[in-house]
Amino acid sequence: MRIQRCKGTRDLSPEEMTRFRLIEGAFRDCCLKWGYNEVRTPTLEYLHLFTSTGTLTPGMLGKVYSFLDWDGWSGERVVLRPDGTIPVARLYIDSMEREKLAKLFYVANVFIFEQTGKKTRERWQCGAELIGVSSPLTDVELVMLALEVLKRLRLEGIELRLSHAGLIRTLLAKLGLSAEEQTMIFDHILDGDTEALAKVKFRRPKLKETLPSLLNLKGKSPRFLENLKALFSQDLPEFQPYIDDFINIAELLEALGCDYQIDIASGRGFEYYTGVIFQFFKGEEKIGGGGRYDALIPLMGGKDIPASGFALYLDRLMNLVKPEALAKPLAQRILVRAQPAAVKEGFGTATRLHEAGYRAEFYLGAQEQADFKWTLDVQSKQPLFILTDQVKHRRFEAQTINQVLAVLRKKGGDKGSVA
Amino acid sequence: MEIKVALPKGRLLGGTAALLRRAGWGLIGYHERVRFYRIKSGSFPNLSAKVFHEKDIPIQVAIGNYDLGICGSDWIEELLAKYPSSALLKEGNLGYGEGALYMAASCSEGASTVEEVRAKPGTIRIASEYPNLAESLALKLRLRRFSIFPLWGAAEVYPPESADLALVFGTAEELLHYELVPVSKVLSVSAFLIANRNSWESKDMSKMVASVYDKVMAQEQQPSPDTATKPEIVGQYLPEEAAKDIVRLALPDGHQQLPTLHLLSKAGIHIDDYPSAVGNRRPTTDLPGVTIKVIRPQDMPLQVANGNFDLAITGRDWLMEHLYQFPSSPVTELLDLKLGKVKIVAVVSKDLSVTDVQGLRRLNAERAVPLRVASEYINIADKYARDNHLGLYRVIPTWGASEAFLPEDADLLIENTQTGRTIARHNLKIIDTLFLSTAWLIGSSTRISSSFKRERIKSIIKTLRRAVEEI
Repeated sequence: MRIQRCKGTRDLSPEEMTRFRLIEGAFRDCCLKWGYNEVRTPTLEYLHLFTSTGTLTPGMLGKVYSFLDWDGWSGERVVLRPDGTIPVARLYIDSMEREKLAKLFYVANVFIFEQTGKKTRERWQCGAELIGVSSPLTDVELVMLALEVLKRLRLEGIELRLSHAGLIRTLLAKLGLSAEEQTMIFDHILDGDTEALAKVKFRRPKLKETLPSLLNLKGKSPRFLENLKALFSQDLPEFQPYIDDFINIAELLEALGCDYQIDIASGRGFEYYTGVIFQFFKGEEKIGGGGRYDALIPLMGGKDIPASGFALYLDRLMNLVKPEALAKPLAQRILVRAQPAAVKEGFGTATRLHEAGYRAEFYLGAQEQADFKWTLDVQSKQPLFILTDQVKHRRFEAQTINQVLAVLRKKGGDKGSVA
Repeated sequence: MEIKVALPKGRLLGGTAALLRRAGWGLIGYHERVRFYRIKSGSFPNLSAKVFHEKDIPIQVAIGNYDLGICGSDWIEELLAKYPSSALLKEGNLGYGEGALYMAASCSEGASTVEEVRAKPGTIRIASEYPNLAESLALKLRLRRFSIFPLWGAAEVYPPESADLALVFGTAEELLHYELVPVSKVLSVSAFLIANRNSWESKDMSKMVASVYDKVMAQEQQPSPDTATKPEIVGQYLPEEAAKDIVRLALPDGHQQLPTLHLLSKAGIHIDDYPSAVGNRRPTTDLPGVTIKVIRPQDMPLQVANGNFDLAITGRDWLMEHLYQFPSSPVTELLDLKLGKVKIVAVVSKDLSVTDVQGLRRLNAERAVPLRVASEYINIADKYARDNHLGLYRVIPTWGASEAFLPEDADLLIENTQTGRTIARHNLKIIDTLFLSTAWLIGSSTRISSSFKRERIKSIIKTLRRAVEEI
């Protein structure tokens, strides 16, 4: 019988896990330095957290892994978390709501069904959420944090795309559509189907002309938004607060020397955004995104608390980071070979080397000598230790482990470079 | 090359038989009084057909046991709603067996539009034989918190007390007969020809398919009237007494009705119109403070767990089926009614050399394909396969007449039997007995706040216990 990997899942090999941990490490390090704290939420959540209007789009909801678990007699369905933000919002409401400001980050897997099974259905995300403050500063901090992580990973040519959910929603509200229809069109835009707009019967024909053209507008500066504001402000005074918010953010980013592309019709999959939406692209591939979601926490039953956040897509980053760009000098490993009569001393030696910070493996009869910078033979008779430099072909004899350590220190044994 | 076709019994049998007769398939014995499950064709020597419950057909075709099948589009969509990547191709509308699926609410409840339903506080309970479609519809309607009660049947009798909505098959007029009003039309239904994707790509079935389609095309296509218009509400369902003190009792439909009636009358409990000749599912009783609904025994444990009924009479087999799936369920056994004794057994084909479950395990270890375990009791079957380390296996759900699945469509059957005669007649043998099952009175361990109701339940149990002990 052949044991098969489940369709739509992937294994991470040692080589891939090295990349994974490097990205995770860079992300954790940057988050901690910006004062974010790590959290971990369960893989299982109740389905109803994700179903109401203002959370996930129907396109996303149609792909969740939901089922009845052992407690499911009441019909209450659970779901393998399809998104990282909603569980963190739930955690905040459950146990952190007294904190005025919560800066949280996580590395988590999310599960989304994908029909062909060729793409992975379990995806990893590095996410950060900033809960409690609503201002352009918080959105800009999140963008800068994400860009810092990408810079640490030495990814070049990252494109930042900006949109604003508040703008799109205000416009839809002005089209004379019911709440139902507004949500539906917003979902279509977020699910990437702008053509659907053409089919909608608008009650105000003038706006019908404006909406597609707005969605197709692309610009690169706050001036673009200023002009947009001039274009709409007479017709749509409700526009003003959102476009001002957008202009503020754009100006700050420009002052920080950060390039971006304004692309109103971008967003994808998340109904919960209310303010700025930002996405990171490398070429045509989206490697992360986020935005402001001020209505989510009150919608889920929490207090009226604003929030903003982003996630970077680990699986995609893993394919993009060049190992050599991240590579530290390869670990100079030590192979400890004990004579049968000196097994006890051999293990003791390996332990001492670990304590001293070296990567030392016990010889199990299967390792290739060539993979190691050093071999250390542990014997029951004199000399008790023979240390051999496999690269430079030099041999050192020693009577105590301290002498071995002294040689390693002097000859550049490898410490601290273990990934 | 053999072409295997799955044909429906029940609602679509007449229309399907007529179509295939006109198509010249020469099927022997496929008519309203069909007696045998396996059917041969006088015109296509390589065709072999089997008659299934309609609900089984999409599953049988999707897993590749059958190349072609005919069934209602409701069951196709029910499968595809949960398993969109099934190897199932919808070949075409056959133009008969028309109807529709409706999400319906009780006429007496205020909520008859989507907005009103969505605005209701708390969890919205949806009862249906189509749980997958019900879930996808609930998500589409953006119901925030909902529970789906999968049913074996009689969904129309659940609203308003036992469910807020029912997803049911029928016409708007039929709904009105049950005092239901459509909230939304979910799907127009008609008979469809379906095919297994691999068979469609690898086998030549063109003659059979063409013979059917020539006849379908030749028929004048009549546009089906749109039945989604809202009927006027004429009937009004009147809830009886205020709910909290009333004991809600579920009685079984089907063949358990007579023995149940016998026991109840022995206990001095009189019930009017049960079993009902006109399909009345709300019979009345002289027991004070008790209302009765007649539902499927299979559906009772879940209904009692959710507090839709306080007492129910069902088989221990269905209780175990429920508890194996949901160990934390509050359903409890109250009283063994010692009726309808059956054994739950593991059954294989007589042609198989194995005599016990160990033999089956060894046999399966040598096979490269999964063991197909067919059962009405999917959780009992799954637990049995797990507990006995049957290795690679798949549980195939069935809706009755499971004996007919062996040997070609399944390898192992978990089934109930009274005498074992049906099993022997189908050239099958029992290799293991899982447990004995009789009818039980079941209830919930959830505390009942009304003391009236607690006393009434106690008194019913006492009365029934006396009757059981007399037997």
